[in-house]
Amino acid sequence: MSVNAHSLSQPKQNSGFFSWLWEWLSTVDHKKIAILYLFGGGLFFLIGGIEAMLIRIQLAVPENTFLVGHNYNEVITMHGTTMIFLAAMPFIFALMNAVIPLQIGARDVAFPFVNALGFWLFFMGGIILNLSWFLGGAPAGGWTAYAPLSSEFLGNGMDFYVLGLQVAGAGTLMGAINFLVTIVNMRAPGMTFMRLPLFTWTVFITAVLILFAFPALTVGLFLIFFDRLFDANFFNEANGGNSIIWEHIFWIFGHPEVYILILPAFGVISEVIATFSKKRLFGYSSMVFATILIGFLAFMVWVHHMFTVGLGPSANTIFAIATMAIAVPTGIKIFNWIFTLWGGQITFNTANLYAVGFIPTFVMGGVTGVMLAVPTADFQYHDSYFVVAHFHYVIVGGLIFGLFSGFYYWWPKMFGRHLNETLGKINFWLFFIGFHLTFFFQHFLGLMGMPRRYFTYLKGEGFDAFNMVSTIGAFLMFFAVIVMLINIAYSAVKGEKAKGDAWEQGRTLEWSIASPPPEYNFAQTPLVKGIDAFWKEKMDGKDKMTAAEPVGDIHMPSSSIVPFLMSISLTIASLGFIFSAHDGVRKPALFVAGAGVVLFFLCMLARSIKDDPGFHIHKEEVIETEKGVR
Amino acid sequence: MSSVKDNVTALPLHPEKSTLEGKNKFLGFWFFLGGETVLFGTLFATFVALRHQTSGGPAAEDIFGMPLTFLSTIILLTSSLTSVFAIMAMRDNSLGRMQLWFWITVILGLAFLGLEITEFTEYMHEDLGYTTSAFSSAFYTLVGFHGCHVLFGVVWISTLMIQSFKKGITTVTAPKYYVASLYWHFIDVVWVFIFTVVYLLGILGG
Repeated sequence: MSVNAHSLSQPKQNSGFFSWLWEWLSTVDHKKIAILYLFGGGLFFLIGGIEAMLIRIQLAVPENTFLVGHNYNEVITMHGTTMIFLAAMPFIFALMNAVIPLQIGARDVAFPFVNALGFWLFFMGGIILNLSWFLGGAPAGGWTAYAPLSSEFLGNGMDFYVLGLQVAGAGTLMGAINFLVTIVNMRAPGMTFMRLPLFTWTVFITAVLILFAFPALTVGLFLIFFDRLFDANFFNEANGGNSIIWEHIFWIFGHPEVYILILPAFGVISEVIATFSKKRLFGYSSMVFATILIGFLAFMVWVHHMFTVGLGPSANTIFAIATMAIAVPTGIKIFNWIFTLWGGQITFNTANLYAVGFIPTFVMGGVTGVMLAVPTADFQYHDSYFVVAHFHYVIVGGLIFGLFSGFYYWWPKMFGRHLNETLGKINFWLFFIGFHLTFFFQHFLGLMGMPRRYFTYLKGEGFDAFNMVSTIGAFLMFFAVIVMLINIAYSAVKGEKAKGDAWEQGRTLEWSIASPPPEYNFAQTPLVKGIDAFWKEKMDGKDKMTAAEPVGDIHMPSSSIVPFLMSISLTIASLGFIFSAHDGVRKPALFVAGAGVVLFFLCMLARSIKDDPGFHIHKEEVIETEKGVR
Repeated sequence: MSSVKDNVTALPLHPEKSTLEGKNKFLGFWFFLGGETVLFGTLFATFVALRHQTSGGPAAEDIFGMPLTFLSTIILLTSSLTSVFAIMAMRDNSLGRMQLWFWITVILGLAFLGLEITEFTEYMHEDLGYTTSAFSSAFYTLVGFHGCHVLFGVVWISTLMIQSFKKGITTVTAPKYYVASLYWHFIDVVWVFIFTVVYLLGILGG
């Protein structure tokens, strides 16, 4: 903290719990926000994981009474919603924050304040959603919240769903805009678009998808919100409403959402496989092209979630063909990864094991995806365990494998210490075997006719063995996560210290600076001369990047508590709206909601009035800090 | 920040895009407007799907009147023009002229809001409540969302103008004025679509 202590408008740091807390509540440093996202998302990942275990325990044996009826519905709803919105998304944002500015040679993101706001909105949204457990029951309408079930027939829990996701979604949208601008405007000299590392490219396309998909969800949630709290008629058939509108809106958001999730995983896999094959990524341009094409097609396929609604053969056919078309760019990527591995000097550490394990697993998820894209066949698969198996193969076998690969790969960069490889390999094999045991047999359960979302099945239906295997697999995955937690704790205490180029064969810019990077990232903005900029310099016999500027004072943004306050005010507003559904307290609750909204706008006003001059880290301090790390 | 004073005397040609922060704001706001387009697009789609579902309540052709909405349209279109004048004045580094045009924009915005409230009150009297039918819910939600955007714009531009007395036109403040005017154009464009899709189509009964 010697850097801060000398700085102009930064108060001298005091030690103690409250100053530590204050530092984390008010930070606008993307590297710290990455850690916040990681642990915030990790918390919800554990909650969602426990919910998954409850589901698998209930389904382990036929006619079980461990968790039935409404409670089971609550748990499956919260499992899906938590895993998608509160675990997967923040994990992605954790990697984005930790890596993107470093990969493009930037000192910061474009909007550090908005970045912090995005995190706190996500986190408070998650808290609002999970408060439902203690305040009258969780949402129970499935993560898709189909109307009119969600808009008319379910209790107060749905209000938590609507407002929690609204707040968290706003945070995600802000984060996306921030990274779009960062990638367009903040690239180091020479870092052209076609020299961007592939992780940056995939995040760029993901951010575009978030930007154009999330507002649809925002509107959909508002419509349910108005139907529930102000008796609007959007989904109320009795007064002319139409519940199919919800399905369209939800999936116009929901389908791009699955590509929002998977594209960054593609990016991670591309980085990890290239690094640990000691080869340039095969077919870089085709990878970029495939990413863009997947992003484009993501908006053209939402009706494949609605084949059984009855939109007619023409609509179903068009969307079926568009869906199958996505297999083409995805196939390009799979082949490129294999060709990158081909003839490479491959290191099989944990990060690369996850990456290599990803390839066949994701292909299997992709193949069932193409099967589901056939409308006539879909009538058989629809709402069966086949669908459950498919989307867990692409989301767990795809995204989570990718994220875990990324965690092991970038952990030394984020924290300055390696994760333990032995524990890592135990973690991988438990998770990999557990995953396939859990979900592979669910394909057959689905084809045999076991419907999803039902809390039990009868004896003698032939579902017993596969369900038991599936539950055993789930426990293996659970143990794998515990091993990972032990690994994290071990690494924090005894982990091997990481060098700047932690894997000694880093290719991209983040490996050219210290681990963890200093507050200002790059002492001198690097000059980029080609794809895999750092590798290129190393091949030219250098050990660091060519600088694009002399060492000088570095301007930094001041930290601010306002993002946290803004999130708190929206939380107050949300709770006010949620309780306005109770007849007795409608007026005071709406007053609280209004007060929360006003508080939010006052924070915005305060932000607008007070210009942030930031502070400078002086040249001498930069030189001093750089000496320390080398 | 001694540089602020220097900038007052020598403002760059495009003060809103002369710093990296300015460029970031400019681009970030365009992206934001892209998201807003989807937001309104979804609301429009919902409205179009439900606009004949009157459920026994008043229909569009029964209640919409041309003169009032036409007046609203003229007022809002004019306010877009005045915000352009304000930005031209900003580029000329003429604080007084910029404030004048932005204040006129704000007044026109308030006039528009006044007309909208009058209009909604009138419909309420003609028994088109928010909960009457799917059409009424969709109508009030779409037009109300736009109205809230206008209200936000009015408050935003006003607070910027109050600040401008102290802060003047600098490379720090110019991007703020500029994106506020972008926002104002955007809600104007949305209104053009509302006028066409909601009112003109409604009155034609098509």
